[in-house]
Amino acid sequence: MTKTSKPILKPLLTPRLTGRRQVLKGAAASLALGAVSMPLMGRYAQTQSAEPIKIGFQVHRTGIGAAYGRWYDRTTMAAVDKINSEGGINGRPIEIIAEDDGTDPKRGAEVVEKFATQHNADLAFGTLFSHVVYGSAPRAGELKIPYFVVSEGHHVASGALNRYTLQPGITDVKSQVQAMAPFVADNLGKKVTMVYPDFAFGHDHRDYFSAAIEAQGGKVIEKIAIPPTETSFTKYFPKIPRDTEVIYHVMVGPAVLTFVKEMGEFFGSSRPEIFGFIDSLEATDLSSPGLEFLEGTYFWEGNPRYAQANQSEYDKAYRAAVGVDANGASVSDTKDVSTYAHMFGCWETLHIVKAGMEASGYSGTGDRAKLIEAVEAMTDMPHSHAHPQGAKRFNGKTHQTFGHQYITRVNNSRLDLVHTTSIEDTLYPDEVDYTKQSF
Amino acid sequence: MSVSETNATRPAAKPLTNVKKSLYFHVGLIGVLFLLQFILPAYHHGNLARIMVLASYAMGYNILFGYTGLLSLGHAMFFAAGMYGMGLPMAHLGWTPEPALVAGFVAGIVVSASIGFLALRTSGVSFMIVTLMFAQAGFLTILYFGEWTRGDEGFVIQQAERVMAGFDLSQPANRYNAALILFSLCLIFTLKLVHSRFGRVMIAIRENEERTQMLGYDVHFHKWMAVIMSGTMAALAGAAYALLFGYAGATFASVQYSIFPLLWVLLGGAGTALGPFIGTLFMFYLIDLSSSFTTAYMLIAGLALVLLTLFLPQGLVGELRRRVMPWLT
Repeated sequence: MTKTSKPILKPLLTPRLTGRRQVLKGAAASLALGAVSMPLMGRYAQTQSAEPIKIGFQVHRTGIGAAYGRWYDRTTMAAVDKINSEGGINGRPIEIIAEDDGTDPKRGAEVVEKFATQHNADLAFGTLFSHVVYGSAPRAGELKIPYFVVSEGHHVASGALNRYTLQPGITDVKSQVQAMAPFVADNLGKKVTMVYPDFAFGHDHRDYFSAAIEAQGGKVIEKIAIPPTETSFTKYFPKIPRDTEVIYHVMVGPAVLTFVKEMGEFFGSSRPEIFGFIDSLEATDLSSPGLEFLEGTYFWEGNPRYAQANQSEYDKAYRAAVGVDANGASVSDTKDVSTYAHMFGCWETLHIVKAGMEASGYSGTGDRAKLIEAVEAMTDMPHSHAHPQGAKRFNGKTHQTFGHQYITRVNNSRLDLVHTTSIEDTLYPDEVDYTKQSF
Repeated sequence: MSVSETNATRPAAKPLTNVKKSLYFHVGLIGVLFLLQFILPAYHHGNLARIMVLASYAMGYNILFGYTGLLSLGHAMFFAAGMYGMGLPMAHLGWTPEPALVAGFVAGIVVSASIGFLALRTSGVSFMIVTLMFAQAGFLTILYFGEWTRGDEGFVIQQAERVMAGFDLSQPANRYNAALILFSLCLIFTLKLVHSRFGRVMIAIRENEERTQMLGYDVHFHKWMAVIMSGTMAALAGAAYALLFGYAGATFASVQYSIFPLLWVLLGGAGTALGPFIGTLFMFYLIDLSSSFTTAYMLIAGLALVLLTLFLPQGLVGELRRRVMPWLT
């Protein structure tokens, strides 16, 4: 796959951190992360100013990302409530300034400009959809405002963006996909047919999984790309080779219910193993009519929607704070299903911002570069109240985090955990070193 | 020499012609826009740069819709033709902005000439549908060739690559003035066009196509040229957007971006040179302000459009022309 243009790197112009400074910043960041997990300590953080830390929240309130946006919003506000109740950041409360980007890259860029030049926000945060990230990141870089995305796109780690754009709170799609291959090859089968939408998100899955399954001794024997305008899928199922052992699907959008229903009608009771990404069914009730066919199939989840038998105390507290019940739905409306596999990224990112600001002694917009350097110096983030999804390993050079991934199986219309990947399963060689770019 | 003798020998001052009045007015607007960059706060400074680029797109649309009477629902494909015509050579061939901008311009001419040639075999509602379908085909083509276009995600044109003739177009002042140059060129071109013989034939086609044909004008040729000029101006705006704001993506080829220039032109005043700018400005700030307190901001925009259509059917500038400034082009 042809990559998009790479940034111009200016190693000689980059103000490098010395080894000692790096160590100190890393230690400070780790201490700050620890403090986040210890509420009482956080309350006594030294107050430097009563002025709130202004965080511009670029939220998909309308457009195709609205369902995600609603839950990103709730998660963000829950995290802010928690952080503020524990003393804020350096003693200063967080103030969220939310602007709807309409899930549109043009409006996204305008919103980032608004944060930087009108609201004078300390940073911008929270974008999910990749095309909005791509559209907004150049403006964030030009306006020199830190831009913390929660997108799972490979855009940050690919080197396509800039030093001001970071993704420390959620693993990217490349990691997610490659981490699935060992489980699929060992447990479901080695001959895989992929069904994916014929646009960038689907192409990422196609390319990354094809390479990953081959590394496991398997093979993608058929790749079925479905145009995004398609509303019926019956004509595609006969293309699935008869010797297929696993169907890997990653359909998104409202047509996914039709897709599953028609796939069930096509295969009946004799079907190959089926593995999918929960992106297809985020914010969708698994007991919806037509989804019965998914019984016994497997899903990737960034964070298990259903509370598991081995649920951590951190997940329990996080779930309660956001207002999600044990089935992954809103505590106030059981039909309002969350986007649980992704939204933890908002919670974790805000805690990383807090840790970064406290490590760098952040006092105002003049310290934005120091904040980025402090986050770049972070490495291991332990499973904690700040990181309820699991432990993370942040790569400061690529501005991308890596974390555990979860594979669940549909049993009686709920998703039960069957496998947790290691962080090592998600790692891949660096494709960029943003620290070599100047501020 | 008496006073009466002096007056008698002095030639009487000629009143300004309507054409000159209109010209001075629009040149004055360009001057005001130039001066505004020195007083506007940073946020509005950036907004106005973006509005001028989008208004150039709307001015292109106005040539076809406002002056020739052809309603296209597919102008996003022209905008995208310029955007990708410029962006792809920069991303994959390492072209500098100067030749890339020419490539975007040429892409606009080629795409609009081809689409115009085919779509003008229809008229009225059929023309709307055919342009809509062509635009949808263009959108899907961008997705299909995702390996090069990065499909719906699009791609970034890096800051360091956006230096044209020594000017870093990512810098606010350079971006603003580049947008102003594009806007001024499009505005002056529109004024020259509508005052030209060719432009008058376009307006005649809008008013009564059959009569224009009966008078011996080649209606089809004039309409085709109108599509080419309109599409190429839209393409230039698309190329400028990518160059000034560093991003090219398939969203700009979607049907939504074909509807936007129609709304901007309707709001501002179809068939007025200034209408597209006023419409774009009005819509931009309507959405920007209303989105601060409701997620139903497009409903507000729709309501504003309905009210304007009911009470100011000629649009804001059209109404101004009807009531106060009859000489406005």
